[in-house]
Amino acid sequence: MILAAEDIHLYYGDAQALDGVSIEVRAKEIVAIVGANGAGKSSLIRTIAGIERPRQGRIRFKGTDITGWPSHKVCDLGIGQVAEGRQIFPTLTVDENLEVGAYLPRGRAAKAEARERVYAMFPRLAERRSQYAGTMSGGEQQMLAIGRCLMGQPELIMFDEPSLGLAPTIVQEVFRVIERLNADGATIILVEQNVAVSLALAQHAYVLENGRITLKGTGKELLANDQVRQAYMGL
Amino acid sequence: MSDLTASGRAALIAFAALLLVLPWVVSSYVLSVAVICLYLAYVGQAWNLMLGFAGLLSIGHALFVGLGAYASGYLFAKYDVPPAIGIVAAVAIAMLMGAVIGYLGFRFAIGGVYFALLTIAFAEFVRILLEHAKFLGGTQGLFLPVSQESRRGVDLINLRGWPEMYYYVILALCLGAFVLCRALLESRVGYYWRAIRDNPEAAAAVGVDIFRFRMYAVVLSAGMTGAAGVFRAFYDNLLFPDQVLNIEKSIEITLAPIVGGVGTLFGPIFGAFVLTPLSELLTDVVEGLKDLGIIAKNVKTDGAKLLFWGLAVVLIVLFKPTGLWPWVCRRLGLVKAPGARS
Repeated sequence: MILAAEDIHLYYGDAQALDGVSIEVRAKEIVAIVGANGAGKSSLIRTIAGIERPRQGRIRFKGTDITGWPSHKVCDLGIGQVAEGRQIFPTLTVDENLEVGAYLPRGRAAKAEARERVYAMFPRLAERRSQYAGTMSGGEQQMLAIGRCLMGQPELIMFDEPSLGLAPTIVQEVFRVIERLNADGATIILVEQNVAVSLALAQHAYVLENGRITLKGTGKELLANDQVRQAYMGL
Repeated sequence: MSDLTASGRAALIAFAALLLVLPWVVSSYVLSVAVICLYLAYVGQAWNLMLGFAGLLSIGHALFVGLGAYASGYLFAKYDVPPAIGIVAAVAIAMLMGAVIGYLGFRFAIGGVYFALLTIAFAEFVRILLEHAKFLGGTQGLFLPVSQESRRGVDLINLRGWPEMYYYVILALCLGAFVLCRALLESRVGYYWRAIRDNPEAAAAVGVDIFRFRMYAVVLSAGMTGAAGVFRAFYDNLLFPDQVLNIEKSIEITLAPIVGGVGTLFGPIFGAFVLTPLSELLTDVVEGLKDLGIIAKNVKTDGAKLLFWGLAVVLIVLFKPTGLWPWVCRRLGLVKAPGARS
């Protein structure tokens, strides 16, 4: 078990976003989290990343209790995050965006190799290394967001809606990248509106509804589940 | 300046040479205007560090000038502490104040415009406090002892001497601020600041400790501005809360960088050298018109200056929102594309 979140309760003011959520992630797995808009998927990711503080519950990563840790410490321990909506730094160049991703002690040592790895993985970014990130296409920005996350040498990468708003061919590329990162040894938590694809990729999956886990199982099990097929895949 | 073109480098060298020889070739009046230019360029650079680099808007920067001025001025007037030592206290007090404002603002997530309001509130609060502080002269003002013979020579420890000395002191401060800001921009801190400015959410996601780096920006900017206060105190030799910490002074600090280009290194300098001579000229024109009886004698000349500032900001925001400097650079080909950042 690389990550275990137990009984997470998160509130925004009085509104409850997560109500006793528990998930477990084994090393080198892809775990999918499925649910409607507002079910609490992003809240769960943000809580694990240390951006939100749970009112109750525990989060353990590689045996360390990281509950309530600030996000930069969580990051430095090896939890990377590709946030929703192509969150890049628009007035920084591609190179500078990557630079920002590699300043924590964890990423600093292997910065040069990490940069080469990212550019090898995304040749488009290499071509645009001194271009301002804000002037690139949506797909390129998403690749940059992923590349910047990799600069921090994460062991666990959390993707929040990585295919949202992208052209179909780019969506395919994003999923290929996720598969490849997983094959290279990274553990992945994948929050996706594209339920069919994410369940097909995932070894394990959870269904989140109104801040609660209502179903869990292997990716295959959920993919075959009638409820899931009806509610999220329109079948 | 690796990103400057040949003509950019030539322009920079010419400008630097002009600044160096200026006191020897111009009248004392022009020299006093140049001192104002450099002063505004310096505080503009410090202010720009917050808004331009880290994305934090302060409209209360005169607060730090005031704290620096009063701290060093009081130590000198009362205890004969020379400004060379007083500046340590001045900068420390300004930094402390910056830390308090930053802590309140960032710990309680007071963002954007509300943070700007917080800076105004503190500036006004301290101004009123100073007006009631009898030991600092209150509304009667704090006077720094100065004698005729101390207006000659060069005494850097006591910041007393020829007008030319003040010019070179503020020039040195300007250069120091420029070099410091440039080094910061190239460092991890600078990258983090720009990342936070661009997208705080994404910065947090890649592990930037936003609170800490915002604090660095405020504290550093406050400290630099506090040092300007020391210069102000010993250049003017008299301090009134209403003149030093007035909100007008805070706004004045923001003008040069806004006109020159927020977030650029040369912007505050360029803006100061464009705006100051123009507003001085305007003041002269208004005075002249008053003498000729075209404008009523009781019209306040300062009002014309404020109108001009307002107009300048409106024009910039409408037509050149990124400031004059990036535009001039492109027009004259001073910088290699796309590095419009210098």
